[in-house]
Parts: sequence; C-alpha cells; structure tokens
Amino acid sequence: MAGSSPAKGIRAAMHPALSIVFFTTASGCGFALLALIGIAVPLGLLPQSAGFGFAALAVATVLAVAGLASSMLHLGRPERAWRAFSQWKTSWLSREGVLSVLTFVPAAVFGLGWLVFGNTGGLVGLCGILAAVMAAGTIYCTGMIYASLKPIRQWNNGWVVPNYFALGLMGGLLLLNLIVRFWMPWPIAIPVLVLIVIAAAWGLKERYWRFIDITAAPSNVASATGLGRRGKVRMLEPPNTEENYLLKEMGFRIARKHRLRLRLIARLTGFLVPMLATLASLFTPVGLIAAAVAVLSAALGLVIERWLFFAEAKHTVMLYYGAEIV
Amino acid sequence: MTGWGERWRDYWSPQEVVDTSPRVSDEVKTTTCYMCAGRCGIKVHLKDGGIRYIEGNPAHPVNRGVICGKGAAGIMHQYSPAKLRKPLMRVGERGVGEFREIEWDEAMATAVEWLSRIRADDPKKLAFFTGRDQSQSMTGFWATQFGTPNFAAHGGFCSVNMAAAGMYTIGGSFWEFGEPDWEHAKLVLMFGVAEDHDSNPIKISLSALKRRGAKSISINPVRTGYSAIADEWIGVRPGTDGLFVLSLIHELLQADKVDLDYLARYTNAGWLVIQAPGTAEDGLFARDDKGNPLVLGATGGVANAMEPGGEIRMVGEAALADGRKAVPVFQLIAQRYLDPQYAPEAVAATCGIPADTIRRLAAEIARIAFEEEIELPVPWTDWAGRRHETMRGRPVGMHAMRGISAHSNGFQTCRALHLLQLLIGTIDVPGGWRYKAPHPKPCPPGPKPAGKPGQVEAGKPMAGPPLGYPMGPEDLIIDADGQPLRIDKAFSWEAPIAAHGMMHMLIKNAWAGDPYKIDTLFMYMANMAWNSAMNTAETMRMLTDKDPATGEYRIPRIIYSDAFYSETVAYADLILPDTTYFERWDCISILDRPIANVNGPADSIRQPILAPDRDVRPFQDVLIDLGARLGLPAFVNAEGAPRYPGGYKDYLTYHERQPGIGPLAGWRGVDGASHGKGAPNPDQLQRYIDNGCFWKYELPEEQHYYKHANRAYLDNAVALGLIGNADPIVLQLYVEPLQKFRLAAQGHGAVQPPERLKARIETHFDPLPIWYPPFEGARVDTVAFPLNAVTQRPMPMYHSWGSQNAWLRQILGANRLFMNRVTAAGLGLVDDDWVWVSSHAGRIRAQLKLMDGVNAHTVWTWNAIGKRAGAWNLAADSPEFSRGFLLNHLITETLPGSGAAEGNADPITGQAAWYDLRVRVEKAPAAEAGESAPHFSVLGHPASLRASPDILRYGGAGR
Amino acid sequence: MTSLPIPGQKKLGLVIDLDVCVGCHACATACKEWNSGGHSAPLPDFNPYGADAYGVWFNRIHSFEEGTSGEDGGGDARTVHFPRSCLHCEEPACVTVCPTGASYKRAEDGIVLVNADICIGCKLCSWACPYGAREFDEDEGVMKKCTLCIDRIYNDNIAEAERLPACVMVCPTSARHFGDLGDPNSAVSEMVAARGGKDLMPELGYRPVNKYLPPRRQTTAARPSPAPPVPPPLAAGDNKLLRWVDRLLSR
Ligand SMILES: Nc1nc2c(c(=O)[nH]1)N[C@H]1C(S)=C(S)[C@@H](COP(=O)(O)OP(=O)(O)OC[C@H]3O[C@@H](n4cnc5c(=O)[nH]c(N)nc54)[C@H](O)[C@@H]3O)O[C@H]1N2
Ligand SMILES: Nc1nc2c(c(=O)[nH]1)N[C@H]1C(S)=C(S)[C@@H](COP(=O)(O)OP(=O)(O)OC[C@H]3O[C@@H](n4cnc5c(=O)[nH]c(N)nc54)[C@H](O)[C@@H]3O)O[C@H]1N2
Ligand code: SF4
Ligand code: SF4
Ligand code: SF4
Ligand code: SF4
Ligand code: SF4
Ligand SMILES: [Mo]
Repeated sequence: MAGSSPAKGIRAAMHPALSIVFFTTASGCGFALLALIGIAVPLGLLPQSAGFGFAALAVATVLAVAGLASSMLHLGRPERAWRAFSQWKTSWLSREGVLSVLTFVPAAVFGLGWLVFGNTGGLVGLCGILAAVMAAGTIYCTGMIYASLKPIRQWNNGWVVPNYFALGLMGGLLLLNLIVRFWMPWPIAIPVLVLIVIAAAWGLKERYWRFIDITAAPSNVASATGLGRRGKVRMLEPPNTEENYLLKEMGFRIARKHRLRLRLIARLTGFLVPMLATLASLFTPVGLIAAAVAVLSAALGLVIERWLFFAEAKHTVMLYYGAEIV
Repeated sequence: MTGWGERWRDYWSPQEVVDTSPRVSDEVKTTTCYMCAGRCGIKVHLKDGGIRYIEGNPAHPVNRGVICGKGAAGIMHQYSPAKLRKPLMRVGERGVGEFREIEWDEAMATAVEWLSRIRADDPKKLAFFTGRDQSQSMTGFWATQFGTPNFAAHGGFCSVNMAAAGMYTIGGSFWEFGEPDWEHAKLVLMFGVAEDHDSNPIKISLSALKRRGAKSISINPVRTGYSAIADEWIGVRPGTDGLFVLSLIHELLQADKVDLDYLARYTNAGWLVIQAPGTAEDGLFARDDKGNPLVLGATGGVANAMEPGGEIRMVGEAALADGRKAVPVFQLIAQRYLDPQYAPEAVAATCGIPADTIRRLAAEIARIAFEEEIELPVPWTDWAGRRHETMRGRPVGMHAMRGISAHSNGFQTCRALHLLQLLIGTIDVPGGWRYKAPHPKPCPPGPKPAGKPGQVEAGKPMAGPPLGYPMGPEDLIIDADGQPLRIDKAFSWEAPIAAHGMMHMLIKNAWAGDPYKIDTLFMYMANMAWNSAMNTAETMRMLTDKDPATGEYRIPRIIYSDAFYSETVAYADLILPDTTYFERWDCISILDRPIANVNGPADSIRQPILAPDRDVRPFQDVLIDLGARLGLPAFVNAEGAPRYPGGYKDYLTYHERQPGIGPLAGWRGVDGASHGKGAPNPDQLQRYIDNGCFWKYELPEEQHYYKHANRAYLDNAVALGLIGNADPIVLQLYVEPLQKFRLAAQGHGAVQPPERLKARIETHFDPLPIWYPPFEGARVDTVAFPLNAVTQRPMPMYHSWGSQNAWLRQILGANRLFMNRVTAAGLGLVDDDWVWVSSHAGRIRAQLKLMDGVNAHTVWTWNAIGKRAGAWNLAADSPEFSRGFLLNHLITETLPGSGAAEGNADPITGQAAWYDLRVRVEKAPAAEAGESAPHFSVLGHPASLRASPDILRYGGAGR
Repeated sequence: MTSLPIPGQKKLGLVIDLDVCVGCHACATACKEWNSGGHSAPLPDFNPYGADAYGVWFNRIHSFEEGTSGEDGGGDARTVHFPRSCLHCEEPACVTVCPTGASYKRAEDGIVLVNADICIGCKLCSWACPYGAREFDEDEGVMKKCTLCIDRIYNDNIAEAERLPACVMVCPTSARHFGDLGDPNSAVSEMVAARGGKDLMPELGYRPVNKYLPPRRQTTAARPSPAPPVPPPLAAGDNKLLRWVDRLLSR
C-alpha cells in the first residue's frame, strides 16, 4: 500500500526488474569476455584454434546479445528501440546502445578473420583489439547509465563503474577459464588472473557496500519539501492509497534482514565459492568441473549482486512517500 | 536550409510538433455541480457527444470559477459502471442482491398499488425519508399532500443542532445560512469544520484572509485541511467546546469586554425575566398586556421593549405590577458566567486547552473586537427610523460546523457560540458574522410542524408541512398520552425541537413498530443500510428481520431511489433508478437550501446536458407522476389529470407555494421582470440557462449589514418574499421557548413530559447556554473507553458515493485510524499496526497511522470510505472492502445502559451524536493484520450493470 | 533532442504556496481531467474498479507534518499539504538521459515535454527525475508527464484570461500561480522573492523552475497579545455586577 511509513528496517528501493538484472549481468560478462579474447588472442596469449574461437566468441556474443535482447523486453515500445541510437551526445543509454552495436562490427571482422581465415593478426587482430576497447566502452557506458543518476545515491558514486568493470571482467574471466580448458588442458595464468580479479572485484564490492552504508544522503525529506523550519518533517498521507507507477518502480520493499542475508549469499556464491573452485581448478585434474562450478556459482552470485544493486538503491522520490532520508 | 545533420536528426529523433491551440469542445453548457451538496456553478465542455472537461463558472456566486477535487472528477461519475440501468424488483431475500429487472410501467404500477392502499387507510404508514435531497421543498410538499407526517431529510443526523440553535437565537445559523465577514474580519475562529457544504467559498475566503494578514484560529481536535493552514490550531478535546466558549465568555465578562450598546439595541439582553421560582411563569419574559416584552428603564420602572428610544439598564431588579420580581437577561448572564466554574483554570483540563491559552485567546478576541473596530462609510437606517452615518463592526468572525453539532450537547454548545458572538456585538456587522439570504428569519422562528392529532387523515393532505419549529409543549407532535406520533419520534418529548426530523431513528423504530407499525418505507438518496446508519450491522439486521408469526419482513415494504448500486439498493424491494446530475432538471431553491450569499439572495438550476443512455428517470419526475397517479390534490388539475405533465420541469415553472412564490425566484412574472415574487413565467428556465443557470440579486450596500434591524433590508426582504413581515428581528440571548419546555418538566401546564424524561428536559432546556459532558462519555466506563473517536470529511470524497469514481477512489481507497504519536507510544502501538477499536457496542479492526496534529485523547478517520463487498460494482477484493472501515459499527442510536430508551442524541433537537463515540484501541494479533473487520457477505448485483473495464482510457479516442 | 537548449529568457513554471494549500486535490483531478483529453491523452487508469487501482496522474497531493507539538498541542508544528508535479527544471536530467530525444525541453519557454511518438518507454527518465514527476503509461508503453498545459496556455480557442494551466485555474485557495520565472519583474518572480520561494532538493542541481512558497510564520496578529485590560480589580467578594448597575444604555 502506498506510502505507509516503513516499519523498522524496511526500506523502499528501486524495483529489481529481472529483465534489467539479467541484461546488465549477461551483457557485462559477454562484453568482458569479448574484450578479453579481443585483446588476448591477437597478442597470442590464448589458443588460436578456430574451435576455441568459435566457442569463446559464441558465448560472448550470445551473452551480449541475450542481455541486449532482454533489455529490450523492458522497453514499453521495443519496436522503436532503434531510436535509442540517436542521443549519444548526452545519453549514456544511447551511447551504450550505439557502442554495443558498433562493437559487433570490429568483432565480426575479428571473428570472421579468425574463424574463416584463421587469421588473428594484422587487421583482424587490430579489429579484435578495437572490439575489446569498444566492449570495454560499452561496459563503461552501462555503468555510467547508473552512475549518472543523481537521485540515487547508491548509484551516483565513483564505485559503480569500477564495480561494473570488475564484475564484468570477473565474469568474463571465469567463462574464459572454463572454455579455454577444452583447448588448453592445464591453464595456470588464467586461473591465477581469475583469482586476482575475483579478489579485486570482491574488494571493490565490499568497498561499494561500505560506501553506501556509511555515506550520508545528500537529500532528505526536508530538502525534498523545502520544509523543516519548525522541526522534523514526516509524511502524513500519500497522494493515493494504492501503489502508483512510481511506487511500483521505486518503492520496492526489502527488509534489512533480508538484504544482509542476500549480501552474504552474494559473497559466498559470487566470490568465495568461485575463488575456491578456481583455486581447485589450478591444482586438480578435475579443473574443468571446478571451473564450471566457479562459473555457475558466480552466475548466481552476480545475479544476486545485481538484484541487490537495485534493491539497495533508494530513489529520492521515496522522500515524498514516507522515507525520511535516502 | 535543412542541412544533412538536421535531416539525419529528424529521421532518428523528429522534433515534436505541438498543437498548442486544439479545439476544446463542440459546445459548452452551464449547470450546477452535484458531486456534493456544495452547489457550485460549472461549465461543461461537450465534445464528440461526451464530456470533455468540467470547469468552474467564474460568474457563479458560490464558487467564482473554482471547483474542488470532486467536482473536477465529475466525468468519472457519469462514466461509472455502478450506475443503475433499469428499475428493479427484489427477488431473493433482502440484503442478498438478487433482482428482477422490470419495466417502468410495472415499477410505477407497483408503487401506486402500495401507496394508494396506505393513503386510503392510514397515510402515516408511509414513511418518506430523503437523504442528500436538494429538492426537499418539493419532496416535503409531496409528503404533506400525501398526508403523512413521517417525512424528513438528513438534517437530523447532520447538523440540526447548529440549525436550530441558530434559528432560535439569531434567526439564522452557521452551516450554510451565514458566514464570517471574510472580507473585513481581522480574526476568524472556526469550530469543528473539516470541509462543510460551503467548501469552495470557505477555501477561497480563508486563503484571501490569510493573504491580507488577518488571523484564523481553528478549534478542532485534528489538524488537517482548514486547520492545517490556520494561524493557530487549538486541539480541543471533542465535546468540550461549550465549556471552552463559556470560559471565554467568563473572561470577557471579567474584563468588561462586552458590547452593551449592541446588546441593548439588537438583542433581548435587556428584557426582563420573571423571577418566581415554583410558578408557571418563572423564567418567562415579563410582558405588558399586549404581550410586549418589558425592559428596565433608567428610573427603575418598566417599559415596552419594542418601543425604540429611551434608556435602559442591563443590571437591576424590576418590581412588576403584580408584585413579582424580574431581572434583565444580561444580569442572569453575568451572574451565571462570572462564576468561577467557568474560569480558565477550572475548564482547562476538561477541554485539553491550557488556561493561559484560553486567557490569551479571550484577550485577543477582546483586543480585536474593541480596539480594532472598523467603520464602513455606508449610511443606513435602523428599524426605528434612526439614521446611522456609518456601519460599525467588531471584526471577529466565527464559523462552526459538525464538530460542534454532532454531539449530544451540540445545541447548547452552538448557543454558547452565538452568545459569545452577541456579547461582543458581531452578528451581521462589518467584520463579524453575516447572514445569507433568506436569513435572518423571525426569531424565535416561524412555522410549526404539522401532524398533531386530527391533522393526519386518510385520503387527505396534511394541514401544513411536517417539519417546523415548536414554540412550546403545545406544539409537540404527540398524542393525548404524550406518546410520539411520528415514526422517528421527532417533536416528541424525546426530542422536542427535532426541527429536521430524526432519520437515524427511522429504521430502528419502523423495525420495532414503535410507536406503531408502518407499511412502506420510501427512501431517496440516502445510503441508510451503510454509512448513514448508526450501528450499521444492526441496521442491516433490522432491515432483513422477519416477524416469526407471519414470516413477513418487520418492515413490510421498502421503495428506494438511488442512481448507483449502493449498499441500500440491496435492501429495497422496489428500486427506482435515478438519473445523474448531468441528465435532469434540478432546482436549488430559496424555499430549500439556497445558494444565496451575504450580499443577497440567489438560486440556481441544473439542466439536462446529456440524455440518459439507460432506462432511468429523474426521481422528481417519478414523484410528480406518482403524485398525479395517486390523485394528490396539488399534483392533479380540476379534471384529475396531471397538473405537471412535463414533470419537474413544469413544476419548477408553474408551481406556486403561495401566490407569486415558486421554486425559483428569478425572472418571475409573465414578462420575467419580477424578482422574488411574481406570477409564473413560462420562459423562466430559459432565462436561467441564458444566465448560466443561476439567478442572483445584489442587495444595495445600505442593506448589507445589520439586516435584523435594517429598515431598508427588512422592507426589501418582504418585497422579495424572503420573510413575511418587516418587524425587526430581536436576537435572543435568552430563549424563552426552552424555558416553556422546562416549566412543563417542572410540572406546569397541560402538556407535560413523561416521568422518565422530566429530569432530562428540566436539565437541558436551559434558556441560557450550558455545558454538560457528552452523554456517551458520561455513561460508559471511561477507563475502559478512554479515547474519543470522530470522523472527518475527506475533501476529495463525498460520503459513500465517491468510491465508484475511478479517479477519486485512487486518492482515497482505504482509510486509516489516526492516532497521536505520544498516545500510541503509551499504548505500545507503532505506525501501521493493525488494531482493534472497541466501543460499548462492538469492535472493528483497522490500520493505524500515527500523527502529531491530533488531540492526544482522540482518534479519527476519514468518513464513509469503508464499503460493503459487492456494492458499487467494485471488484470484491477492492481496498474499500479489504482495508476500509466505518466507525458507524461502533455507534448506537440509543445510549448504553438506557435499555434503548434514550437516544444517543441531543436531548433538545434529537441530533445524532456521532462524535460522542468513546473507544479503546488495542493491538490486533499478528495473524489478523492486513484486513479490516467486520466483513459481511458479498452482495450480488443487478445483471444489467455495465461491466468494468480493466483499463480505462477516458479521452483517448482522439489520439 | 535531449541536448538542453541554450537557456532562453522565458522560464514558464508554477509557484505553489504551501501556506494556503488545504490539500483538496482539486488541482490533481482537474489536471487529470484536462489532460485526459489533452496533448498527452489518454491518462489511463489500471484496474479502475478493483484492487490495485492506479493510473497516470501529472499532479499528486501529499501531506506532511512539520515539527512536533508540545504536550498541550501548542507549539509551532504544522500540517502541510504538498502538491507535486513537474518542476520544469533548468538542468533536467530527465532530458539528457533520454536515449531517443523523446524527452525534451523547449527552447522558447523552458517547458519539458515528452514526444510520445518516439518514446521507447525505457523509463530511464523516470529514474533520472528526483521529484517523481514522470508517469509511465503502461498501456501505450510510453512516458508521460505534466505538460504545463501547453494546450491551454497558448490556446486561441480559450478566452485569454483562462489561458492558464488547469490546476491553476481550479485551485480554490489560489495556492497555485503560473508565470514567467525568467522575468524578475513578473508577478510570480516577485512573489518568490517576497516569500522566500524555495527550490526542491537544490543539492541535486536540477535548478527547478517551479518554486514552493514555504508556510509563513504566524501573522503579526497571531502573536500572543497582552492580557486583557482588566478594569480596576474589585475587592474579593465584591459583586462584579455592580459595575454595570449604573450603566444606562439607549435602545
Ligand atoms: N460515522 C459517521 N457517519 C456519518 C457521518 C459522520 O460524520 N460520521 N455523517 C452523517 C451525515 S452529516 C450525513 S449527511 C450522512 C450522509 O449519508 P448519506 O445520506 O447516506 O449520503 P451518501 O453516502 O452520499 O449516500 C447518498 C446516496 O445517494 C445516492 N445518489 C447519489 N447521486 C444520486 C442521484 O443523483 N440520485 C439518487 N436518487 N441517488 C443518488 C448515492 O449512490 C448514495 O447511495 O452520513 C452520516 N453518517
Ligand atoms: N468533501 C466533502 N464535503 C462535504 C461532505 C463530504 O462527505 N465530503 N459532506 C457534506 C455534509 S453532509 C456535511 S454535514 C458537511 C459537514 O461539514 P463539516 O462539519 O466540516 O464536516 P465533518 O467532517 O463532520 O467535520 C467535523 C470536524 O469537526 C471536528 N470535530 C469533531 N469533534 C469536535 C469537537 O468536539 N469540537 C471541535 N471543535 N471539533 C470537532 C472534526 O475533527 C472535523 O474536523 O460537509 C459537507 N461537505
Ligand atoms: S464543492 Fe466540489 S463537488 Fe461540491 S458542488 Fe462544488 S465543485 Fe461540486
Ligand atoms: S521535475 Fe523531473 S521531469 Fe520535470 S523537468 Fe525536472 S527532472 Fe524533468
Ligand atoms: S522513457 Fe521515453 S522519454 Fe523517458 S528516457 Fe526513455 S525514451 Fe526518453
Ligand atoms: S500544469 Fe497542467 S499538466 Fe501540469 S500539473 Fe498543472 S494541470 Fe497538470
Ligand atoms: S487545488 Fe490548491 S488547495 Fe487544493 S490541493 Fe491543489 S494547490 Fe492545494
Ligand atoms: Mo450532513
């Protein structure tokens, strides 16, 4: 019900639409994977076989495209999605759209060159590197879509883009660590890199959580209403008794207890288990299974993390609906 | 010069071309809003056969161009799927909601059959009660013609305390019959007003008042709406205003801040009251042989009070010719209210207002009244022919509404308020409080109720209208044994001055056959099986209860007219579906509750703007048709044919109550040149339409104030037909008719109250204002029920009927119980808790909302939001049912512990004491949270109701 | 085009006087009514006659309490009704985040509008608006919002005096004012200056054009006045009536 004053510990946050949660995680990992191959293959750091190329590129593309497609599901008018390419001058969403699509151009050249002509150097290699840079740019844009939104303190901060990068990279690397094993029986460098990146991503995520937990909100119900001269400002009645669009979109209710439990699960599944599994993949002959476990667990962890990214984000509009501070 | 860049941009992201000058409508029609009883003038824009837009009519005297949240949602009223579509005959049991759709022929024939039998046999067996009726002068007239005394509208449960107290004291009243002088007041006090009927005028005026720097004070247990914007909020404890006001009076008397000149000239303050305890004249006015009241002259002799000029004394003792003593009214007042029992310290705890605050407010009133006096350079002549060069006034305005009247001490509290106004000389003076036409009326007021023994005869009209103002016991509507003759027991010893009837007693008495059995209950526009019932569950039971001996319903037949599928429809046997306010003629008449304002009389009409798209008829047309079919004399011509074949439209044009006086006062006379009085004008309605559907008469400036004593005004009012004679209206600090009832209770006179009511009458019929604790609180264990519980009108909702409005129900679809934060902490309750609210009568479950701005002893909620599942064509899981609730389940018609013998009402007027309710609030077990209680079985509904859409795209057609 | 126009001279907007708003919701329903047939028509309502009824409204009325009363209900606490609609910001991120250019700010008068014909319904603008002024039409899949009644204020088919937003026209307390806040000499600008009109959430830098006039301090007359001038006190036990005994009054 609209605007009932939140009971202790309950707060209203951005609604974690599954399409968007999936979009950002999937496309993040896909583009990161693309970036990794785009750089590492031309530099000769990864198997050059067409089989590997096909598998890695397919996974990257499927994830990136599925992510984009899922974000289309979120649109009210998906058939007009093409119009989103027009406002790259100002809009991070537009930039993301443009860049994500453009990335496929060098990626395609790179893929064709590699898979059809077996060439990963020269122009093809350059295209790979270009695709990598653009894929990274896409991830940057995705992060900036959120980081640029001033009404949401949990997003509008310097930790969001690094987090998007780190988590994308982590996902991409985990995937790579799995795929590469079919062509490279006992990779060492990759799992080590994975471990470093997981550690870094985990660290960044913890810093992010700490940041949103301790930084003061710039806005409160007094600044939102211009009131407060007489003392504490509290909502008396909402404008409507049932939930309206704003409340459905930005008034997602989640209990603190629940939130903390989910963070724990995200830590376990997103970082700890993948770390242990990756570690295991380093030493055991069953590296493949361990890498797969790492990927699956991380996938779950990342989805939870991304879900929390929304469910912990409080929008200033809730100041008009009972929140005293966001 | 479009470059590539621009073309490229236009392809991806074309610039919108905004049509900034779309055609608004095909046609604009004026009419009068009826989203509430506020009667604002509206302009309805019609486009493509539907309503495009409704806006206020800037020329209209009531709303001056604005409308309210409800008025602007009128489109959704017209669009509602809850509209009834065809006459209905109940087929299942009452209260189940099973109907047979019938044709109008059958409906009318059935009604005529039932009613003609009653009329031929015993007309009082028809009880005809109307609710939000704006045609009361017609429906009352119809009842008179039918011959039944059992007629009333909703006034008895609404604000009759206010109306009656005002009419007996100043010949006008708060409510909508007067208002503060918004233009000149420097201080306005509002007592217990949440919204009122005059809501737009109040809003317009309050903000203008604030803008010009005058001060407003709201005395109200709750700080919302008008109280929210008041400069000062006094969070009084419910039911104690009378004591608070008497304490203000105490302070003013202490400080000698009373306007003795005003009192001497315009009131009965100087009239002599006989002091002869134990005799039949004790407390009556001393009069000369011609019946003129007497005053104490300068030299100690007595003089005719109605004789102008001469000097009088306000304190002193007169020896009357017969040797008895008499003292001026003012002396009695001073003696009584100077008593320390009214000192601020003595009342502070009871009222919940600190003594210092009371003293400060008294000082503020005194300062503004006596040091900031205003004078308008407008000469005028008083009733005695004395010319005054200016109009002087004390700029303290007041307004009051149901927070005062809906208590069992409301009549006397309202009297106390008028006494305060009179003592500082602020009635109808610049800056004070002003009458709206047709007020002031003679005071004490005019017509007496009809229905006495011999006045009700089979097959005959009654001698006069069923409602009026008794002047003493001899005017009561009782039989030789003192038993009530009306079904609601109005004008009996239970409620002698029940000037508006007592609709809230109707169903209970009809069910109990007390004082007699009736045959048919005929109701119009009142949701009596729900939000206007006290004790709703019990009312529903009474409506469905059968006599085990006969197997018949105890209330044998119920006819009801509603426009929507309200709860009450399910309890009626024959349903006459009405039109909406866009589909019929209506009249807001001076004979009824006019739209007049302080500067002169006005009235208005509604014209049909849309043709009904279903098989419904305007109720007034139906009533007139029934009148003709029943052969009621005023509704047939000499040949017995219908006198108003065109229905209400004809009635409005041609009906004359007295020669020259009809429903509408404007453009009378065959040529339309007369106003107020004049022969019927066949073209009258067109003249109204041409003028925006209203008529307004502006009084000349010299008649704007002191109307009760203003020669030019009084003469003009007679000419306009507003009052019968031009005698000055002397304002009554001391109300003699009350003393007459009291004397009867003391054993004097031929008509005396029954033993069990004697003490009640003697105590409460005090001719000077008194305060006593509200009855319910005095009867119940206040430790068990420590809190007062009241309702407030929500600005965007009108009683029950807003919930079928798709827009308004989004604003308020469920209500909360509001409680003070501090009180809640003491009870261990937190925001959003679900709680049980118990009164002596039962309990309900509701969800809590804590706030700061409410008296700590009070809980409150928005009125009439809770609904019965199945009604109003809403889905059965709607919030109105699942989380909404009514306080009505906790309120009873009779007082606890009285064996149902005493009404939960004001003992003088019978006004329902809704706001006397006392409750206890406890946390509900966790398992019960989430749903309100009680819930009743889901009502079925007529098959013809329109299906509700899942998505409403009103107005989207054009795009 | 989501690039912001070069700021023009004209900044049309609303000034809302919280001192007199009684929370009647007239401006909310009048807005709904006008716009249901206006530029952004329709403003659909979902489940209009059932549970979970909600719809598109461009103006919504909240209420707040400011301050806490003393024991006796005294003190300076107030209840404040608070209408909320688009503030037509000068730096509206709702415009700059829009990927399609559907969300735009007009150069000529600063009105922020949505071009429903090209909106893809990504909802990002609603996230970017701190004030909750964007309303999503789930039925058409596009964003809608307060148009500042662009189809009234320039409408040649409406009498000149009535070329005002519907919410301004309707307000019974005259709590809503419309005008050019870019012109320091306009009535609205003067009102803002005189009453200390406020920006909402200025810390976010959107620079709203609409201003809110805070509830006033109590009027002069509202301050406690001195105790009533009590006439010379009478000795205890004296009959207070005596002071009127010798007063002669003319009728
Ligand atoms: N607890 C509590 N109860 C109260 C009050 C309170 O303050 N607290 N207030 C009391 C007061 S003052 C009043 S006046 C009553 C009001 O209570 P009611 O008189 O019952 O008023 P409404 O709920 O408006 O119901 C009027 C009925 O008229 C119908 N109606 C609407 N338009 C039309 C029309 O054009 N034609 C016809 N024929 N019918 C129509 C509606 O559908 C509805 O069924 O409530 C009383 N009840
Ligand atoms: N929007 C809207 N307007 C309406 C109506 C509606 O339903 N909706 N109904 C119409 C009808 S029928 C009527 S009768 C009028 C009623 O008009 P109001 O009298 O204005 O309406 P209520 O809500 O009954 O207001 C009672 C007020 O008195 C306060 N109160 C309660 N007890 C006390 C007390 O003991 N002392 C003081 N000082 N205050 C007290 C309550 O808190 C509340 O604010 O409104 C009419 N106008
Ligand atoms: S107050 Fe509102 S609902 Fe009532 S008549 Fe006026 S505009 Fe209509
Ligand atoms: S209030 Fe919101 S929607 Fe309106 S201009 Fe500002 S940011 Fe945009
Ligand atoms: S919802 Fe429409 S207007 Fe809003 S940002 Fe997306 S495309 Fe632009
Ligand atoms: S300006 Fe027009 S669209 Fe905007 S809130 Fe007011 S009425 Fe609604
Ligand atoms: S119409 Fe005026 S008084 Fe009513 S809610 Fe809107 S701004 Fe406030
Ligand atoms: Mo009423």
